[in-house]
Amino acid sequence: MNVRAIVEALDLDVLAGEAYLDREVTGGYAADLLSCVMAGAEAGDLWITLQTHGNIVAVASLLGVAALVVAEGAEVPEATLTKAEQQDVVVLSSAEPVYETIAHLVDLGI
Amino acid sequence: MRRQFALFALMGRGGALTKIHELIREMKVSRVMTPNVLTLTPGASMKELKELLREHRISGAPVVEDDELVGVVSIEDLIHALENIDLDSPIREYMTCEDLITAHAQEPVMEALRRFETFNVGRMPVLDARGKLVGIITRGDITMALLRALQDLYSEAESMQDRPQQFFEALESDNTSLQLRYSVEQGNFSDGGEASASVKRALLRIGASPKLARRVAIATYEAEMNLIIHTTHGGFILADIQPSEITVVAQDSGPGIPDVELARQPGYSTATPEVREMGFGAGMGLVNVDRCTDDMSLWSAIGVGTRLQMVFKVSPEEIGNETDD
Repeated sequence: MNVRAIVEALDLDVLAGEAYLDREVTGGYAADLLSCVMAGAEAGDLWITLQTHGNIVAVASLLGVAALVVAEGAEVPEATLTKAEQQDVVVLSSAEPVYETIAHLVDLGI
Repeated sequence: MRRQFALFALMGRGGALTKIHELIREMKVSRVMTPNVLTLTPGASMKELKELLREHRISGAPVVEDDELVGVVSIEDLIHALENIDLDSPIREYMTCEDLITAHAQEPVMEALRRFETFNVGRMPVLDARGKLVGIITRGDITMALLRALQDLYSEAESMQDRPQQFFEALESDNTSLQLRYSVEQGNFSDGGEASASVKRALLRIGASPKLARRVAIATYEAEMNLIIHTTHGGFILADIQPSEITVVAQDSGPGIPDVELARQPGYSTATPEVREMGFGAGMGLVNVDRCTDDMSLWSAIGVGTRLQMVFKVSPEEIGNETDD
């Protein structure tokens, strides 16, 4: 399943990286501690977090995650989104909390 | 000018155009011509010319007498003879012998190309410095030679790109390495990860597998963030890339770690609450580094600074294009 299909199924907002929605999603990972993400997330994962500062883009880019999902509709600073566009990182926004967001993803078979 | 730039972009590398120029300017006619050219004597009959052209599927030949070029005879001359029903006449009656257009073995292909254009001839006999016939050249010969040279050039460039080891082997020294240096500013969270991203890109570019690039990038990222979070004046990162081993060193000038063993414990961190709020300070940084490296050493002294050295052995499977896990 690609990012676009998930965006449509969960009604997510695409905040950055519109051009890369064809990326294949192979798994998921949720955490707000960046070192844990570094250790645990795989390339191709969706990373669900509440963090919004610029460094999440660096982490997402280094790991090659398929997309970053910011939960609870948390406001993402413009600087973070600019950086995401520069580094080809997809940033999505979910209005629902982390738990519900993941539950939907599991339903989709992710 | 615009067109030239577009061509540069098309080539993907500025060097290629220069290289083509070099080829055309420097490639000698002797490298492109057909040596051991078939010749006829002026006394031979036009019938013999007809047989030669038919047998070898050529459209003309130089005429040589006593080792010296005396003329050129072509299929057009043969047609004249046929029209006159005069195939028994000697070639000297029909050949072109005045103002012969020739090429010189040692001149650049470029010069020969110009003469082809100016005189609109199909082929030119090639003479050496003493005026002796050594070969024949056509426009097609030049095109083919340039295409072959270009192909060689590209496959050479490609193999350099695809295989880092060849890149390194092409540089002669007792021990060749590529060094990348980055200075990392204390407290500059917005640029955090830039150095590690650059290292990752460089590794992928010279042919490391995504897996190798990833583990180097993760460890380097942790070291980079430590410089941003924990140092007094930031520090630097030095990546030394060798064909069999990559070493990344992160060094700073203080404050130094009071208890290095404690710092390496999972979950231990001295990060401030503000930094923790950003998702740092999980106390997993050095644990991650340890997991990604084949060897790591951490040295620190209060008031002097900290030096983290990370070594990554490059296994043969980690060069090339296999996919990430």
